[in-house]
Amino acid sequence: MSGFARDVALLAIGVVVLGAVPLLSPPDYAMHVLITMVLTALAGTGWAMMGRFGLVSFGHGAFLGAAAYTMALLWNEAGLTPWLGIPAGILVAVAIGMLLAYPAFRLRVVGHYFALVTLAAGEIVRILIVALRDHTGGSLGMTPVQAPPGQQFLAMQFDKTGFWWVALIAWAIGLLAWRLLDRSMSSKALAAISEDEDAAASIGIRVTREKMKVTVISVALAALAGALTAQYRQYLNPESLAGLGISLQIVFGAIAGGMYAAFGPTIGAIITIGLDEALRIGFGTDFTGGAPLVYGLLLVLFMLFMPRGIAGLFERRARPATAKPAAERATA
Amino acid sequence: MNLLDPFFLEALVNGILLGGVFALPALGLNLVFGVVDVVWLCYAELVMVGMYAVWFLHTQAGWPLPLAFVACLPIVAALGMLLHLLVVRPLLTSPPINQVLATGGVLFVLQGAATLVFSTEFRSLGVDMPPMEVGEVFVSGTKLAAFCAALLGAAVLWAFLKFTYVGTAIRAIARDREVMPLMGVDPRRIYLIASAVGGALAGLAACLLVVQLDVHPFVGLSFGPITFMICVMGGLGNMLGGFLAAFLMGLIISVGGFWGTTEFSYVVAFAFFILVMFIRPKGLFAR
Amino acid sequence: MSAALQPPGAAARAPGEALELAGIQAGYGDFQALFGVGLRVEPGEAVGVVGPNGAGKTTLLRVISGLIRPRAGTLRYGGRDLTEVPPHALPGLGIAHVPENRRLFPHLTVEENLRVGAFTRAARPQFEARREHVFELFPRMKQRRHQLAGTMSGGEQQMCAIGRALMSGPKILLLDEPSAGLAPIVVQQVFELVRRIRQEGLTVLIVEQNVAQVLRVVDRAYVLETGRVAAEGRSAELAADPAIRRSYLGGH
Repeated sequence: MSGFARDVALLAIGVVVLGAVPLLSPPDYAMHVLITMVLTALAGTGWAMMGRFGLVSFGHGAFLGAAAYTMALLWNEAGLTPWLGIPAGILVAVAIGMLLAYPAFRLRVVGHYFALVTLAAGEIVRILIVALRDHTGGSLGMTPVQAPPGQQFLAMQFDKTGFWWVALIAWAIGLLAWRLLDRSMSSKALAAISEDEDAAASIGIRVTREKMKVTVISVALAALAGALTAQYRQYLNPESLAGLGISLQIVFGAIAGGMYAAFGPTIGAIITIGLDEALRIGFGTDFTGGAPLVYGLLLVLFMLFMPRGIAGLFERRARPATAKPAAERATA
Repeated sequence: MNLLDPFFLEALVNGILLGGVFALPALGLNLVFGVVDVVWLCYAELVMVGMYAVWFLHTQAGWPLPLAFVACLPIVAALGMLLHLLVVRPLLTSPPINQVLATGGVLFVLQGAATLVFSTEFRSLGVDMPPMEVGEVFVSGTKLAAFCAALLGAAVLWAFLKFTYVGTAIRAIARDREVMPLMGVDPRRIYLIASAVGGALAGLAACLLVVQLDVHPFVGLSFGPITFMICVMGGLGNMLGGFLAAFLMGLIISVGGFWGTTEFSYVVAFAFFILVMFIRPKGLFAR
Repeated sequence: MSAALQPPGAAARAPGEALELAGIQAGYGDFQALFGVGLRVEPGEAVGVVGPNGAGKTTLLRVISGLIRPRAGTLRYGGRDLTEVPPHALPGLGIAHVPENRRLFPHLTVEENLRVGAFTRAARPQFEARREHVFELFPRMKQRRHQLAGTMSGGEQQMCAIGRALMSGPKILLLDEPSAGLAPIVVQQVFELVRRIRQEGLTVLIVEQNVAQVLRVVDRAYVLETGRVAAEGRSAELAADPAIRRSYLGGH
């Protein structure tokens, strides 16, 4: 209990300290990178909520996109403020997530199959966004309508400082959700489920219910990240907010940082965004393709040599990366 | 509606032709997944590399097209073996997610490398065969040739799996890997062979696709997801099922595009896949 | 040995070599199944390993086939240290293992199962001849050669599993619980087959819970209890031993 209170206090202090960064009047570019990192960290944190319990989704991009486009369309076509549009977008994303997850969990679609189902769902959302081009601008993307003067706050169209604060708070909500889940019984139940679903069910764990719970949290966080990213960039496009590419990037960030620790995905976001920017600045357009190359290579190396990510280095007890012994138990 | 509407018939024929092209990479993926039990998330990118190989050898190095095709197979087969040796083999005892993510890393590596070497420009082979007219239905000669080559490739694969010792062992190991050493089979060797065959199939698929599609570093994303779905829908280790699933998906996409838009047809195809996973997770044609 | 049953290459089936285990310790993870087991099988002999469930019998065979590496002890076949040999090389040395639960490839036909059994380079040229030999031993297999192995009865599957092991042309056959899960009448048939196989000069090491039956087939037997050899001797002696009769033969 005190540990939890201490963590929350630390988080609050962290948010306040980081929130003061704009006081140093850093260059716009630095703020841009920081905001991108924090929003990416939030998406990764959301993904890792499920990922760490063996629920590997390759379709989380869909939830970013569903929320972002819902919010933007409500603003552009109905004039609904993003302050309400974002919750609405999250609801839409969560509804999609539940619609997909419930039958998947009930019918015990697990492992590779679950990953492929989420991949298909992500593609569906991406294609639908493209297909609804009359509203969404298709693959060319769309921009939210600029707010009339004096209504920037209502339109959630801030300068970088304002967005930095919004992003920080959203990120803190993500970490808080992680911490809250960790101290609940659900966390233990989910750990048991990921070890052995049948055994977990046999000791009275309500498998589907627990999985649904973590899915809803995970989707909601990813959706929040998606809506805020769109709102920050003031530009939405299906490739960067839905589909396989962005879904894999979320996964990779979370894995590189370490998906078993609350701060892992944040570390991962710092690495991936930092790498993207460093390569872009260092090599410019001569090295187009360099970023994914280095990125992919790092990912392979992480899997081979450091499967628990950077955060894994700081774990007190080194747990083996392989969950199950390869040799099956023989009846002697 | 009129089922003999030539445009509808054309959609049907195109669906079947499309299915033939989907079938090859799905078979290759199925083979690797079934034998090694690792999903090559970068499979479509292996095809992409093969497409570049053909394009480069033909238009840049000036090789005759048939020779470029022939060279493409061993190139991608070698890439498959390399992928197995460097990435998959060290991860054989790791959790599946680590394996999938590592091959996903290779996906980015290949996309990045292709961008570096060839830029993001769309490259075209610039060959086309004249369309053929059967009754009132026009059929693209290129697509028909690709379809026939796909059938031939599948037939060769089938014969290999059915009539050779290694092929039989490949089919056996998909179901029971622990017992294989007792048969004198070194599973590691079979994995390597399956990876080479899977790569060669990606190479063949590349030959068939490069005459129909422009190649660019992200071309894999356009047929990769559907390939995975066909592979799983067909059922692991079930060659015939994979083939039927490929035709089914080809038909859904082509006929769906006839009634609605292409996008609509892909949505239907993916939704159909999700439904299949819910109802028959072991594949549509699981025994 | 009848000429009809003469297996191809039987002349080359020299008596083979002695299989020798000493001080074998083995297990899975934290669980130790064998505590210093020693055992010897002479060429041409049929030896049984009997004991209750969980005594470590299957583990013992898995150690011999290299599926589990022993933690301590020696394992030799002739002059060769088997712990140095990868498991897939054993069929090439003349050691064939019919695993517990048969482990056929259920979706392959009988003939294809036999083909997998003849996978080794040395066995491939002999495939046709050995397959005919297996069909002579088990005429049922010839009838069902194109049937999927998984669709056959338990007894037929056991025949197919033994046939598959014979395809590599072994000198010594390791049989793991061949009678498990079979109806009593089928058990009789399976042991009859084992008897015929050893008449062909094959060395046989057979692990069984069905002590009464196995003691009628083998020359000698070891009694394994909780990972240790509790008794050993000639079959007739063991069958007559009051303690063993009480524990395993339902004697009073």
